[in-house]
Order: sequence, then structure tokens, then C-alpha cells
Amino acid sequence: MFYREAGQFKTGYADDMAVFPIRQDRIGIAVILAIAYLAVPMFGSPFFVSTIMIPMLILTMAAIGLNILTGYAGLISLGTGAFMGVGAYACFKLATAFPDVNVLVWVLASGFFSAAIGVVFGLPSLRIKGLYLAVATLAAQFFLQWCFVRIGWLTNYSSSGSIEAARRSLFGVQITGPGASETARYLCVLTLLVALTWIASNIVRGRIGRKWMMVRDMDIAAELMGVRLLPTKLLAFAVSSYFCGVAGAMLLFFHYGSMESIAFNIELSFQVLFMVIIGGLGSLIGSYLGAGFIAALPVVIKFAPQILGIELPSAVVDQVTVMIIGGLIIFFLIVEPHGFARLWQIGKQKLRVWPFPY
Amino acid sequence: MRVNTLLVGTAMMALVGTALPAAAEDSVYIPLLTYRTGAFAGSGIPIADGMHDYFKMLNARDGGIGGVKIVTEECETGYTAQKGVECYEATKAKGALVYNPWSTGITLALIPKATQEKIPVLSMAYGLSAAAMGKTFPWVFNPPLTYWDGLSVAIKYVGDKSGGLDKLKGKTIGFIYLDAPYGKEPIPLLEGLAKDYGFKVAKYPVPADKMQDQSSQWLNVQQDNPDWMVMWGWGAMNPTAVKEAAKVGYPMDKFIGVWWSGSEDDARPAGPGGKGYLTLNFTATGADFPAVQDIVKHVFDKGNSSVKEKSKIGEVNYNKGVYNSVLMAEAIRTAQKITGKKVINAADMRLGLEALEISEARFKEIGLGGFAAPVKVTCDDHSGAHAVYLQQWNGTKWVKASDWIAPMKDKVRPLLEKDASDYTAKNAPWPARSEDCPKS
Repeated sequence: MFYREAGQFKTGYADDMAVFPIRQDRIGIAVILAIAYLAVPMFGSPFFVSTIMIPMLILTMAAIGLNILTGYAGLISLGTGAFMGVGAYACFKLATAFPDVNVLVWVLASGFFSAAIGVVFGLPSLRIKGLYLAVATLAAQFFLQWCFVRIGWLTNYSSSGSIEAARRSLFGVQITGPGASETARYLCVLTLLVALTWIASNIVRGRIGRKWMMVRDMDIAAELMGVRLLPTKLLAFAVSSYFCGVAGAMLLFFHYGSMESIAFNIELSFQVLFMVIIGGLGSLIGSYLGAGFIAALPVVIKFAPQILGIELPSAVVDQVTVMIIGGLIIFFLIVEPHGFARLWQIGKQKLRVWPFPY
Repeated sequence: MRVNTLLVGTAMMALVGTALPAAAEDSVYIPLLTYRTGAFAGSGIPIADGMHDYFKMLNARDGGIGGVKIVTEECETGYTAQKGVECYEATKAKGALVYNPWSTGITLALIPKATQEKIPVLSMAYGLSAAAMGKTFPWVFNPPLTYWDGLSVAIKYVGDKSGGLDKLKGKTIGFIYLDAPYGKEPIPLLEGLAKDYGFKVAKYPVPADKMQDQSSQWLNVQQDNPDWMVMWGWGAMNPTAVKEAAKVGYPMDKFIGVWWSGSEDDARPAGPGGKGYLTLNFTATGADFPAVQDIVKHVFDKGNSSVKEKSKIGEVNYNKGVYNSVLMAEAIRTAQKITGKKVINAADMRLGLEALEISEARFKEIGLGGFAAPVKVTCDDHSGAHAVYLQQWNGTKWVKASDWIAPMKDKVRPLLEKDASDYTAKNAPWPARSEDCPKS
């Protein structure tokens, strides 16, 4: 009943190709955007905005990046953390070398560095597939992390080896560095995420996305139909790494403010991979749901007893959080192996026929 | 699935909506960033217990400080900067007086934030060495001495044993360190001193995820055969390094650890091979102090301590935790005296820390006579470069192996000044100090 598209007629090709062909979807997106842009900054506590929303949105971006590679093009990567690191270090270098250019430009530009590195490490993907490719990208993870630690130039020869976000502003409002309000940082992250999601959704719906899916489903068939495998796969690596790089730069500039190389370790790669698997392979909305589950839920569980006034030793809370999250991951993978995106689809279908299911 | 969404939604709404409970009238709130999980838990647990128990003892014995109860709350960081920042964000709104990050990485992440939000950071003998420059870092305190001071003491000791600092020429000093901001912190001074005295430095970084397997590093040590070894280790890295050193037959009395590498649990696992291992220290070991006995009486015996065995009270890291709380407690007292207020806020706490002075007599008064060297923090020097001593493992316990040795202030201070100005240049525009120095 809620989702019935009866009576909504398409009168042109443009309507047929719209991102959201159903009116209810358009209303839903408008409501979500309104909540994200107005309600969250207005009513959310600083803790909620800075510790739950900002990292969740940034990791959503990384999950979209990995989803393009793994979900749409079928190439498994374990190097996400390192590609995010490339973005962060590139953005740090650019922002310190050219302090007068707006930092948002550098956040977006840093993705290109990450994309270039991604292409280099994507080269083996033409020859090797599946788990073997995962191992090759694992090499990228370790090699790049080694670079972050050992190449002093990347950190401007900082004695501690950490990189810091400088103070930068946009329209007179400070958006990065210590002292930037969480609302300003949140709005920047949100805007970048919405813009890049829109681009991603158009890429995956179009010619390029279809080529990726062809390669994913059967690369020999795709080749026979005239898809050139190498450029297609490398493009997937490039676009995916671009998103990851931007996410890494945002993580440094809009969330932590100061990071060490260890933050971009294999655990981050796995975290993003879990988001994609739990959220749903080959689905943008799945990236959002997966990131919400893996990134935000642990923080909520960790701080919920404290905020609700229940006294628990902090170490116990930490360990229980890990156990709950692990349990939920197993639970959801058993109940719905195709991830939250599939659950959302099922839910949508149920809403469509409700209250008269057949 | 929908039930779950509902639950998460409710939890989130609770987070958004709940006003944080305000501090009660007669209490002050101190969040304790601790780590009882992860690879550094071995070092983190006794410290957390020590910090807690001293405050609990003050609350139980004296009803707090100046009639004000101290409310502490632990937040688990796991020694990661990420979780440390989360803890900071989650607790700052509750009126946190001061932060003890207990990790150089977390300290580095908190320095700009806390400076901006005007909450003091007490990084007791760790963190950014340059934070000793109080004129540049009004909100950061690192008494009783910085890592650079500590390293200069180690080199001084090596010089003493070699017959003078000028005899260091041509010698090799090995530096094995945790490959994290903490371990890298003393390197600039080490390289500077190497140039000044003409010794060579061999560096052996130990990555945090390889702490428990240092065979390759010690193989290199065996090949290079440095005349002395200096270690900046923490957590599981320490016992592993001592064990490996014993295994490769490195002379233990030429192996000097920093004060964070000198707990009983660091030396004990090496067995008899660990005998002779030296570390720096700035607190006494043992429980033979009236205040520590009060902790046993008022906290441990009543079952309010998270320490399991009584013998753990008085161990090196436990006493470090106690010392950290003593600094905070004395700073609160000083702040109460300066402001005349009972319940102080973070800004008052900063005044108290900046005017902090614990004389020998005062240490005796609070039941800790001879526990540590007198401490004095000034507006200009937030660390104080106080003396430390060397302790040696005799196979079963730590024994004092040297007098109190003062750091080479003349070597360290110029470097601190340079590093502080580098820091402000890198983090420009760094806010200029707007706080007045307290009247002395």
C-alpha cells in the first residue's frame, strides 16, 4: 500500500531513466536529506554528531568505494585501508604545501592520487582472480603502510610520525583542524558524501557500471561481447580507490584531526569489507546500511550503558561490544546472506503488497 | 530486522536526547582514559588500578579533597588514538577537569583539541616532550620530566660508566623502540647527542603488531653488537625484549629501559637471565608508605579495589598510577587554594597544575615521604626536568642502582624550544597563550 506505484505514469524517456522513478522514493529521499541536513545538526548532541554520524558517513564513502570494486566489478580487495591512507597522506601533503587553496579542493583531489596507486596495484587483476587477487591487494596494504611509516617526506618529517589536519575554513567558517565545530565538519562530510554518491549511482547505472557487472558475472562472455577487460578492471580500481582516498582524507581532516599510519592498517580494510558484505554486495544503499551497522553500532553499544546510567567496568563494555557485534554479524549472515540491501528490498516488496500479501 | 532497527533507533534517540547528568554540587569529575584490553593491557591495568585506588582512598579517608568528592569514570581506549578521541568526546561535556591520555598517540591527538576547548591534559612523563614549553602549550603538562630529559639521563649514566661523556666517542648505542609516536619521540635528541658526543646510534624499531616476536631485531643487535642498549618499550614489548636480550646473551647491565619498561612483569618473565637489567624510574617501589597502606586499609581490604592480589599494590606501574593521581590531587588542592572555590572547573585546574609544587615535606605530609623527588611546575616549564634514578633487577625485585640523576637541561631545553616552535609552525595558526601566569 505504501509503495504502490499505481497511477504514476512515465511519459518520457527521462522519466524512465530517473534515479528514483517512484514518487514514494523521491519523498523518502527528500525526508532523509532534510533530516540529515536540518534535524541532525539542530537536535543532535555534539557527541552524537562528532562520534557517531561523522565517522559513519566517512566510512560509508569508503564502503561505496569498495562496493564499486567488489560488489559491481567482482574484484576482491583487502587494500582499502591503505588506499584510504594514500588519500589522507596526499591530502595532508597538498594542504600543507599549498595552504591557500581551499581544503575541500584538496580532499577531492587527493582521491586522484589514491586512484593512481589503485590502478598500479590493480594491474595483476587481469591475470589473477578471486582470492588470489585478495592476496595481491594484501601486498598493497602492507607495502603502502610500510611507506607511511618509513618515508619521512610523507609526514613532513614529523618526529612522532603522525599527520595533522591544519586549520582551514570555508566561507569564513572553520571546517578543519582543532576548533572546527562538529556541525561544520558534519555538513562538509555530508555534502561530499551526497555528491559523490550521486556520481557513483550514475556511474553504476550507466555504460561503465554495466560493463563492470558483465565482467563480474562472466568475464569471458564480456570479452566476447567486446568489453576490453584491462581498461574496465583498471577503471573499477581507479574509481573505487578514488572514493576510498576521499574517505581517507575526510577521516583525517573532518574526523580525527591527527592520525598515525597504524590507523590505516589491515583492520580498517577488513572493517570496510565487512560493511560491504553485511550491507550487500553491489548496492549503494547497502553501503550506507553496512557502514551504519559496523561503524556506528559499536559506539552506540559502548556508550549506551554509560549514558543510560548503568555502571559497568569499561573493559567489560569493550569486550561485550565486540561479542555483540560479532554475534549480530553471524546472525545477519545466516538470516540474510545477501546483506541489508536485500532485506530492504524484501521489506519494500512487503510494504508494496501490504495489507494483502499473496 | 525491523525490531533491531527500532532498537538502534531508540538507542540513538536516547543518545541525542539525553542531557548529560550534571556534576553534583560537591564533586569534581575526572575521566580516566585507561586500557584494560589489548596488547598493552599488561601495563595499563596496574596503572588504572593505581589511579583509581588513590582517589578512592582519598574519598573514603578524607571525604575527598577539601570536602569535594572525586568522581572518576573509566573509558577504555585500548591504547588506540581513535578510541581515545571517542572517549574524550564522550566525556568532555560532563565537566572533565583534566585528561590523562596514557598514550603518546592519544596525547598528540588531544593536544590541539584540548587547547582549543580549554581542558588541561596531564601527560605524566610521556607525550609530546615540547609540551614542557608552558608559554606555547598552556593546557598541557608533562611533569616530572620529558622523554628527552629521560634519554639525557640514560646517556649521562652511560657516560659515567664509560669514564666520562667524552669517552663515548666511537661507541655505538643501540636504541630499540616501539614503532609508534611514543617510541619515536626521543629520537631527535638521541641523534643530537650522538652528534655532540660522537657516538653512533643503531635503531631497532619494533612494530606494534610484532611486539611479541622480536627475534629479527635482536638478531641485528647481535650482529651490530652495540656497546649499550636503550629501550623505549611498552606493554608486551618489554618482557619480550628482556627475554630476547637474555637469549642472545646481551650483557643485561648495559641494557637501559625507560621508566615505562621497568615494571616487575617486564623483567620477571626472563627468569635468571634478566638479572642486571636497568631502567630509569621516578617513583619508589613497594608499599611501605603510609598513603599506600591507607589504600590497602580503606580500599583493598573493603573490596573496593579492582586489584586481585595484595602483592600487586606497590608494584612499579601501580605506583606510577598512584603518583599520577597524587599530581592531580595536589593540583586540585592548589587550585582550591588559589581560587578559593571548593568545586573547581577545568580552567581552575589548569591554574592548579601550573602552580603545582610538591616539596619533600609535602610528600611526607600526604604519607608519601621519599616516594618521589620534589616536583615543581612553573608557567615557563610545564615539566620541570626533575631528576630520576636507575633501578636494577636483581632476579626477584627492583633495587636502586644509582643516585637521583638530573637531566642535561642545557642540551634538552634548546631542543624543546625549537620543537615547540616547529609544532606551532606546523599547526599554524596556533593560538597564542592568553592565560596569565599564576602569582607565585
